[in-house]
Amino acid sequence: MEMSEPISVHPIFGRLTWQAIPYDPIVQMTFLVVVLGGLGVVYMIYRYKLWGYLWNEWFTTVDHKKIGIMYMVLGIIMLLRGFADAIMMRLQQVMAFNGSDGYLNAHHYDQVFTAHGVIMIFFVAMPIITGLMNYVIPLQIGTRDVAFPFLNNFSFWMTAGGAVIVMASLFLGEFAQTGWLAFPPLSGLDASPYVGVDYYIWALQVAGVGTTLSGINLICTILKMRAPGMTMMKMPIFTWTSLCTNVLIVASFPVLTAVLVLLSLDRYVGTNFFTTDMGGNAMMYVNLIWIWGHPEVYILILPLFGVFSEVTSTFSGKRLFGYTSMVYATVVITVLAYVVWLHHFFTMGNGASVNAFFGITTMIISIPTGAKIFNWLFTMYHGRIRFELPMMWTIAFMLTFTVGGMTGVLLAVPPADFLLHNSLFLVAHFHNVIIGGVLFGSFAAINYWWPKAFGFKLDHFWGAVSFWFWVVGFWAAFMPLYILGLMGVTRRMRVFDDPSLQIWFGIAALGAVLIACGIGAMLVQFAVSIWRREELADTTGDPWNGRTLEWATSSPPPDYNFAFTPVVHATDAWADMKARGYERPEDGFRPIHMPSNTSAGVVLAGLSVVLAMALIWYVWWLAALAFVGLIGYAIYHTFDYHRDYHIPADEVARVETDRTRRLSGVAS
Amino acid sequence: MSLRRPILVALAVLPLAGCDLVLLSPSGDVAQQQSNILIFATLLMLLVIVPVMALTVLFAFRYRASNREARYEPDWDHSTQIELVVWAVPLLIIIVLGAVTYVGTHHLDPYRPLGRVDSDTPISDDVEPLEVQAVSLDWKWLFILPQYDVAVVNELALPVDRPVTFSLTSEKVMNTFSVPTMAGMIYTMAGMETTLHGVLNAEGTFEGRSAHYSGAGFSQMRFDVIGTDDAGFEEWIAGLRDGGERLDRDTYLELAEPSVANPVSGYGGVEENLFDLVVNMCVEPGRMCMSEMMAIDAEGGLGLEGLVATLPETSDRRVGAVFGPAPQYVAAICTEEEAMEAIAKREALPVRDRFATLSGKALPHGGQLTPVALPMTDASGQESEL
Repeated sequence: MEMSEPISVHPIFGRLTWQAIPYDPIVQMTFLVVVLGGLGVVYMIYRYKLWGYLWNEWFTTVDHKKIGIMYMVLGIIMLLRGFADAIMMRLQQVMAFNGSDGYLNAHHYDQVFTAHGVIMIFFVAMPIITGLMNYVIPLQIGTRDVAFPFLNNFSFWMTAGGAVIVMASLFLGEFAQTGWLAFPPLSGLDASPYVGVDYYIWALQVAGVGTTLSGINLICTILKMRAPGMTMMKMPIFTWTSLCTNVLIVASFPVLTAVLVLLSLDRYVGTNFFTTDMGGNAMMYVNLIWIWGHPEVYILILPLFGVFSEVTSTFSGKRLFGYTSMVYATVVITVLAYVVWLHHFFTMGNGASVNAFFGITTMIISIPTGAKIFNWLFTMYHGRIRFELPMMWTIAFMLTFTVGGMTGVLLAVPPADFLLHNSLFLVAHFHNVIIGGVLFGSFAAINYWWPKAFGFKLDHFWGAVSFWFWVVGFWAAFMPLYILGLMGVTRRMRVFDDPSLQIWFGIAALGAVLIACGIGAMLVQFAVSIWRREELADTTGDPWNGRTLEWATSSPPPDYNFAFTPVVHATDAWADMKARGYERPEDGFRPIHMPSNTSAGVVLAGLSVVLAMALIWYVWWLAALAFVGLIGYAIYHTFDYHRDYHIPADEVARVETDRTRRLSGVAS
Repeated sequence: MSLRRPILVALAVLPLAGCDLVLLSPSGDVAQQQSNILIFATLLMLLVIVPVMALTVLFAFRYRASNREARYEPDWDHSTQIELVVWAVPLLIIIVLGAVTYVGTHHLDPYRPLGRVDSDTPISDDVEPLEVQAVSLDWKWLFILPQYDVAVVNELALPVDRPVTFSLTSEKVMNTFSVPTMAGMIYTMAGMETTLHGVLNAEGTFEGRSAHYSGAGFSQMRFDVIGTDDAGFEEWIAGLRDGGERLDRDTYLELAEPSVANPVSGYGGVEENLFDLVVNMCVEPGRMCMSEMMAIDAEGGLGLEGLVATLPETSDRRVGAVFGPAPQYVAAICTEEEAMEAIAKREALPVRDRFATLSGKALPHGGQLTPVALPMTDASGQESEL
């Protein structure tokens, strides 16, 4: 939208006018597809009468397993959106040579790269890791749910609410054109007066509530609800890395919340925290947002380090090499994550001593990270490695991530960073660690725990197809960016002058197409596996010969996870139980105390989205109503005394006997 | 390092023959040294990266499940020797790299004046460094050469082997001044001044640009850097002197209006201290310079009376927040008489009607602000104190 004419604030509609509907044909087509697709989904739900099922079994659930799965679904849906942005950028950059303006104007292109970053970090990577932690942690530590089951449901819906706000910006108004961290003064009112930055602020604030609460929830769960005998140093390594991640979340997300509050005060009430005059200082924003932003990258990668540890150990048929040093390495990374933020802006004019300090602290992080890589290597050493899909992703990770780690250390050397900063080399580096680490790890985790969640394995053939497309596609898409970076090409460019660059953008675009095939193959893999679920079924609950407690229960686990709370004696609790000839109890069941479902999470998050949209569009009456509604409903919810129930002993016995029958069916 | 460098570059560049990896073969001594550190750090890390990647493939192959020859020790999970090695090797590498980083960061600090022209030539005392004042505007670069009293938009000629001292600032949003072939980059920020020292060691035309996204015209925010001999440089200066009008406050303010893909244009003269006015955000007459403000504050400040010295914003480049006060600026005060006169003639403070704010007068775009005049509180006491 051009800001050629002023937009007035209407008492009823705020600044929402017909101009808010984008005139861009690309967006309109997307809108049409989304509307038609949405109507199709609604019709199918209506046709098969799924409303009740979805509402009662999923939307209002407080079961950590279902919430975990909903997080994963959210992450994968948003991956499609974020990837659509990526492929649009690749297409624009390969076209815009020799005087061509490409097919995206600056207003559209600048939104695309901003949205790509925001979506991939906040609404793809974060939901996927939160989903994994939600699903796996309670099972790994032998408990029945998280510490605060309702809070868990509320956290999920707040995250989903943030995603809804970002998606709304596509069809109503605009998204920010600022880059994914929205540095002022560019994100200030003078340079960005319209709704884009407000969408950015409120999407992150709503989702941030969910993330912070989920962090608190999982810390409490891990600290207070472990099975008897599971001391801290007997926790599975994934639980350890998740604990560190959640500590990072709880300590860093409030900084993000605060800095966005300050930015919104600048934008709504005319304070001058980050403006250029009246005492404002934009450098403060850059510091604050990176004090959140750097821990954020460790928030993303640590749980996946845990996944790689579990996978390597399981598929090598061996105990994890150097468990203790792995734990200490994780803790060291957690602590150091807070003292490196300045390496994101060595070139802002800081003194040499400051730059040298932060450069060296950054390099120090590579020591525990390197130790981890070696520990995975020596877990494979003298092992018996089965190349199932999770292990393939792990090997690909080890080969890819080391390169990304190396370029990361290069960027941490201030004199080198003066050359490489903000170049495509930097872009290649962080995709190298985020795709090679976070995404490859997520795919390893999905393939690893899918049979636990659904009771059947994922199809190997389509998984391998997806794997090869992804890995080859990644290298094809990002190696050219390293080269372009060394040629001095800056990031976030829309048009180019030098025709000799085009070939590299061509290769990168080809890589993006290969990745698209990888994503497609992954979706086919899911579909084929669901289709062939009888053949791929796992009746044992332990299809990989696993080592940790989640494999001790059935696949999928019953609502209550464990009929009897397991007692832990060793680090790899389930491997230890199997080695000692564990006998599954078949009688003596007791009623199990469980939390009840509630619709409060959906309602509160829904009201938060309405509040956010009203604030974005200056619809003050609606904002006031939504705010009162939010507080009112939260108070009303505290009077809900029907929060728990008991699964009767008979029901537990029936479920467990059923499992006994299935287990013996396999044995016979 | 300087002897090894050409070979290393050749090794690194060999597979990429035909593309210009400017960061690995730059034309300025500072960038050259930065590049040397980059290459050194890469090679140092390859010492551990290559073995790790090789071992990954080797172990994955050797210990595959189908290979029943390989040893299998399911319970082996600790070895003090291996642990020592895996922590010590990265540690040693980081100690070496950390030392190089510490020295290199101080040595190549952009604020530090150059010690040499290139690897063989120290700075001689009789060469005066070229001073360049750079301002990033929406979306173009303005370069002022105070020693020659000329200015130019979107082009910069530099005499080869003459050290250059850049003083940099920004008119509005953050940008990064980047000439990869010369000396890396540094941010430009409004109301602040940064410094970069560099030197160009080769003739030719190189690319310079903003390397920090700054809005719609960012992609075209580039300029040519022309490396030339002294004669060519003098000629370039002469061309600017002859061709262009004078850059004074008014022409600067016109230039500062947003524009995309500005053509190269020269100015044959520059108002004195224009760059300082830009840094202190007081190019528009009547605005208090930040330096002045800071001097007052250093003396203890004006206290609450200081709030009186603001006037309603006249340019339409400031936007009022919906619940905020109308944009104002801090008025310049020169003499007591002038200040008193200005306050006496001042219009009522633009206190905004809150209902109007809620219902439609707070516009996200300048222009339509119609502040409602309310009776001013008696300011006579403040006047006398000023």
